[in-house]
Order: sequence, then structure tokens, then C-alpha cells
Amino acid sequence: MDTTAQAASGGLFGFLARTRTIAKPGFSRWMVPPAALCVHLCIGQAYAFSVFNLPMTKLIGISKSAPNDWNLPELGWIFSIAIFFLGMSAAVFGRWVEEGGPRRAMFTAALCWAGGFILSAIGVYTHTLWLIYIGYGVLGGCGLGIGYISPVSTLIKWFPDRPGMATGMAIMGFGGGAFIASPLSVWLMSQFSTATHVGVAETFIVLGVVYFIFMMVGSIIVRVPAPGWKPEGYTPPAQASKLITTSDVFVYDSLKTPQFWLIWWILCLNVTAGIGVLGQASAMSQEMFPGKVTPVAAAGFVGLMSLFNMGGRFFWASTSDYIGRKNTYFVFMVLGFLLYVAVPSTGSIGSVEAFVLCFLVIISMYGGGFATVPAYLRDMFGTRYVGAIHGLLLTAWSMAGIFGPVLVNYIREYNITHGVPKAEAYNVTMYIMAGLLVIGFFCNLFVRAVHHRFHMQPEDDGALATAAEAGAAMAPRFTGRPA
Amino acid sequence: MTGANQNGTPVWQLILAWGFVGIPLAWGVAQTIANSLKLFQ
Repeated sequence: MDTTAQAASGGLFGFLARTRTIAKPGFSRWMVPPAALCVHLCIGQAYAFSVFNLPMTKLIGISKSAPNDWNLPELGWIFSIAIFFLGMSAAVFGRWVEEGGPRRAMFTAALCWAGGFILSAIGVYTHTLWLIYIGYGVLGGCGLGIGYISPVSTLIKWFPDRPGMATGMAIMGFGGGAFIASPLSVWLMSQFSTATHVGVAETFIVLGVVYFIFMMVGSIIVRVPAPGWKPEGYTPPAQASKLITTSDVFVYDSLKTPQFWLIWWILCLNVTAGIGVLGQASAMSQEMFPGKVTPVAAAGFVGLMSLFNMGGRFFWASTSDYIGRKNTYFVFMVLGFLLYVAVPSTGSIGSVEAFVLCFLVIISMYGGGFATVPAYLRDMFGTRYVGAIHGLLLTAWSMAGIFGPVLVNYIREYNITHGVPKAEAYNVTMYIMAGLLVIGFFCNLFVRAVHHRFHMQPEDDGALATAAEAGAAMAPRFTGRPA
Repeated sequence: MTGANQNGTPVWQLILAWGFVGIPLAWGVAQTIANSLKLFQ
């Protein structure tokens, strides 16, 4: 059924159709960021999944782990599978999300995300681990990927004058979701737990229902701008500036451009540098400052880093609207390099304050890297397929999620087994992270405007529309034309 | 066509939408700040 027919037919398909989400004149664009936040605040729960790890090792033993209980490495796979499927689903379903509109994508994400929790609750109840791998890992991971990219291009179209701020707001929500999920999950488990029961299954069910309702509110209030809409007083640049295109690049054609891969590496390196220390911050602060940083203080430090991770998403993405995307990444790479190099000195002079300051700025740029990249892609490839291209780029996150922690853990272990004191075991890691940012600096330096042979032509639009209306499984593929 | 029709989306809808996401987020941030203060104790 084509989209027009779906919209006309009413019912669920009609409600989800892109044509039904076109805003009427007078609709305030400031309704769209809350719609995006409804989704991102929910899927941001992923960062807080670790609160379930310990309780899930005691589902049988209750007060302590029984021999048949699951162990932490087995449970660690749940999060890893979810992040893997986040990247994969964002890459595979990006075009489907883009062409079907944000409401259909948000609704699908809500079904997957809530369904993942319900399936996982059954897995906990029946003590079947593979059901949780499929539930939270595969199904929930697809909800993560589709939900993450669903509002990106819509926000960019509503805020052509401030694309960085708009997407930064939504992606800030992903960072903030854990702030809500973590205390909420702990409270729910305390309400459902008894002397003979841990309460994880019931918590999963409540979270699944609450998240479904919350995400559905987002999908109901989201709107796309009518063709030709522009903000009051905004005049689009008549001519494309050097690094901001006014043309569009087809989603799969972007893969043929060096710009896509340069930005892929920029994101991958920036995330690798940040994610490696994010997971080790607590241990690192205690080992670099033995006796000065207690476990309680270290937990406070991790909380502070989470706040800067979230705040940096909005701050840096908004700043990029004024100083430009390329310059923003230059700041990340140069300032990041200086701070990583400075960290070992903070340990040697024993300055906890300087150590904390370095990492708070570093982690704000880690978050800023995520939040600024959709606008960078918009500048390079146009607005038409920016959500789908963003989906392809998120594979860099999956890759960094593996490399970052491995790099930090492996080098630390290697140093300690070779007699390096614990307080100095992270020094080499910091220099390697600084080195990664040097590579990132050069990748960013080489980013130029996309060659016009990759730009979509008017006849491409027609072919795509015809293919979409005919329900073709595969619209024609576009190849770069000779200049 | 412009985006800021004063007779369009009512203000109460905007407040409701922002409150719907803002209140839980503010609660979560407050919880995290309370935990973070342990760093300075």
C-alpha cells in the first residue's frame, strides 16, 4: 500500500503515514524537541542497564549468587549485543526511517524497546538467558538504533538556522536517560523485591509499559514541516558556503565519498578516546590518587562526568552553529590532545582538582562529538538523507565501543604485569589516546565539500518517489555521475 | 509560509510538552548532582 493510500485509509497505517505528520500552518517548531526527547530519554536507559547486573546474578540465590545463577561476564553480553544491534539497525533501517517519516519510526522503536523489556522479563521469570539476549539485546537494540536516528532529520528540517542546537538537544536526552532510569530502576526493584524474590522481572515490565507510553507521546506530537516551510525571518543562503551544501546526496552514494569515511574515523577516534576512560574513571581516579580519592568520592566523580557528558552534548552542538562543525572538531582534537597529555602530570603532582577538571572537559567533548556529528553530516550531504547517513555512521560507535575499553584495560594490565606502579599504569594509555586525537585532527583537516557529481539531480527525486509509491523493494541506486 | 504563527500552537501545549520531558529529566539530574556531591565531601 502506498503512503498516500495508507494515509487515506485511516487506522493505524494512516496514523503512521508521513503525510499525516505534516504540520499545519502555525504549528510551533518548539513542539518537536520534546517529541524527540520522549524517545531519547527512554532509549538512554541503555547507559543505566548495569544497575540490573548485580541483582540478576542473585535471581536464584537471592542474598548471594547460587551455583545456577548467571555470572557477570554472561550478563555483560546483554549490553554488548544491544549496542551492536543499535549500530546495525541504524545502518540497515536508516533509509526506511528517512522515507517513512518520524512517526512510523518512533512507533516502531517504541514497540521494539518495550517488547525487548517484556521479553526480557519473561527471560528473567523463566531464568532463560538467551531470551534476554534476544529481548533486550536484539529487539531492544533495534529499538535503540531506530529510535536514535528517528528524530534527527526532522529536527534539522525544523531548525535549518540552528541544526546543531536542535540535534544536540535530542542527543543530550540520550545522555540524560540514564539519570532517570538508574534511580527509577533501583526504586522499582526495592518495591518489588521480597525475602524470596529479587523483583527484576516486574521492574522490566513496568519500565517496558512506561517507556512505551512515553515514546508513543513523542510519536503522536511529532510533526514534519510542510514543503517550502522556513522559520520566520530566516533566509537560506542563496549560494552554498564552502563547507555547507544546499544539495542532497543519496544515502548509499555517501558511502562512496571520502567525506563520509573521514567523518566516520573522526567520530570513531573521538569516541574511542572518551569511552575508554568513561568506563574506567572510578578505578583510574582511585589508583592514580591512592588514599586521596575514596570509592564514595570516585562514585561522585563518575556522576559528575555523566553530567558533563550530557551537558557537553548541548553545549558543543550549539556552539558548532556559530563556529562551524569543522572548527568544533578541531577544538575537540586539539584541546583533547592537550588534556590527555596533561593527565599524567596531574597524577605526578598529586592534584585531584586538575585531574577532575581535565576529565570533565574531555568527557564533555566526548558527548559533544556525538551531538555535533548529525549537523556535520547535514553540512556535507544535505538534509534529505541525513538521518539515514547518520545511521550508517553509527557503526563507528559500535567499533569504538569495542576498541576503547579494550585499549585502556589491556594497556593497564600490561603495565602492571611489567612492574609499573598502579598510579602510573594509565600514563601510556593517556598518550595513546592523545595520539588517536592527532589522527582525528588530520582526518578533520582533510574534510572538504562533497564533489557535485555525488549530488542528487531533480530526475533522481522523481525516480525515488515513483519507486517508493510503487512499493518497490529497492528504489534505483544512484551512482556518482561524471562531473 | 512561516513558523511562528502566534495563533498556532497554544502556549499550554508547549508547557505541557516541555514539562512532560523536562520534569523527569530535572529529577534525574538532581539525583545525579546529589550523588556527585560526595566527591567534595
